[in-house]
Amino acid sequence: MCLAIPGKVTELYDKQGMRMAKVQFGGITREACLEYVPETTVGQYVLVHVGFAISTVDEEEAKRTYELLEQMDQLTELNAPVVEEIGAPKEKP
Amino acid sequence: MKYLDEYRDGKLAAKIVDEIRRIQTKPWVIMEVCGGQTHSIVKHGIDQLLPEGIELVHGPGCPVCVTPLEMIDKAHAIARRPDVIFCSFGDMLRVPGSEGDLFTIKSLGGDVRVVYSPLDCLKIARANPDKKVVFFAIGFETTAPANAMLVHCAKEQGAKNVSILVSHVLVPPAIASILQSPLNRVQGFLGPGHVCAVMGYREYEPISARFKVPIVITGFEPLDLLQGTLMTIRQLESGRAEVENEYSRVLDRDGNKPAQKLVFSVFEIGDRKWRGVGSIPKSGYKLRWEYREHDAEKLFDVKEIDTKEPDICISGLILKGIKKPHDCPAFGKECNPQHPLGATMVSAEGACAAYYAYGRHLEREKRDQPTAITAGGVA
Repeated sequence: MCLAIPGKVTELYDKQGMRMAKVQFGGITREACLEYVPETTVGQYVLVHVGFAISTVDEEEAKRTYELLEQMDQLTELNAPVVEEIGAPKEKP
Repeated sequence: MKYLDEYRDGKLAAKIVDEIRRIQTKPWVIMEVCGGQTHSIVKHGIDQLLPEGIELVHGPGCPVCVTPLEMIDKAHAIARRPDVIFCSFGDMLRVPGSEGDLFTIKSLGGDVRVVYSPLDCLKIARANPDKKVVFFAIGFETTAPANAMLVHCAKEQGAKNVSILVSHVLVPPAIASILQSPLNRVQGFLGPGHVCAVMGYREYEPISARFKVPIVITGFEPLDLLQGTLMTIRQLESGRAEVENEYSRVLDRDGNKPAQKLVFSVFEIGDRKWRGVGSIPKSGYKLRWEYREHDAEKLFDVKEIDTKEPDICISGLILKGIKKPHDCPAFGKECNPQHPLGATMVSAEGACAAYYAYGRHLEREKRDQPTAITAGGVA
């Protein structure tokens, strides 16, 4: 759990006053907080650790790192359950 | 050399190994600090690829491993309470305390939940206003910005039912502690890439200067680890001791300033106990006084718990680079990932668990078997 996972920013939005994004990791999309890399734009790649982007990286670096983490079986945190806001509409799969 | 072909760029890897061989004039002991690096080194056999005399030893950079048993027991005591929803990253669930693990507590009716992001705890708290939501905030500097944001938001949003149990540790004091040990063997360090993506590497400069030791901030891909090792050996062979950055495509000297700012507004530096190692002064974070209403240790009157680690376990010596997993008589026998006896076996990023995962306990069995002498020589 000490490594960050690279993913592609596909959508930006504000939630409860915080800069958030949808980030795509291989076939999985998860929400990430972008407060620590606020300049990030859609299409850029970010290193995400436990739901927080900590750095931006280029596409080649992102792909290489992702593949290595996959081989090292270090992507399990992405499968942690999605916690829905109560009353919020269910996300489409 | 069997692993070289598996590398993305086997030729470049071979070139780096050749260069290390060319410049090396004496034996050197180098420690990688991050658990992710340890895992990658063992998986790719990088330590076995290096010329004879270059020894990689594996440092204390696995956050799950170094979380003290007392803290795990405290977490379990809180998680057992009927008024608590206990949230944790997935890898803490199987770490055994003195009596079972978080899975056991969940199976006995405790409300234990795995979260992806610490911010999930805010949603859980809003949905369960009559419950106390406690998050087990473990980790190194990489995780601190996430955990700090949870506490910051809980205070801002008046989420009084959210608290965190803090067991946060820091890399630079651990490096200093290793170097201060009279038994120290480590002559150079591969610094932790993703920790430095958050913190930068300024704080490693005084350590490098004070102890005259090279520290090369390194990524965790095979080529990064080989290149970092080469840069460290270049310094050692030429008598230099500096902080260098092998991982400049991801981080710079300053790190992530907005993250550091929030971390230091929520946490302050305090003494921390490290599993296997003991107490290291000023080696971790604790919550600032302003955030005491979100400090689970203050909110829940969990008494100090006396714990005892098995005498046979040498994880403390392994974490300091003095011993290797094979030096332990219990390694791969009574101590294995299903029944870990100590720090370095409790998580995949610990040295013993990584050695086990990639079959190195079998190598020892082979080595331990008496060699059969035949007419043709050694069989």
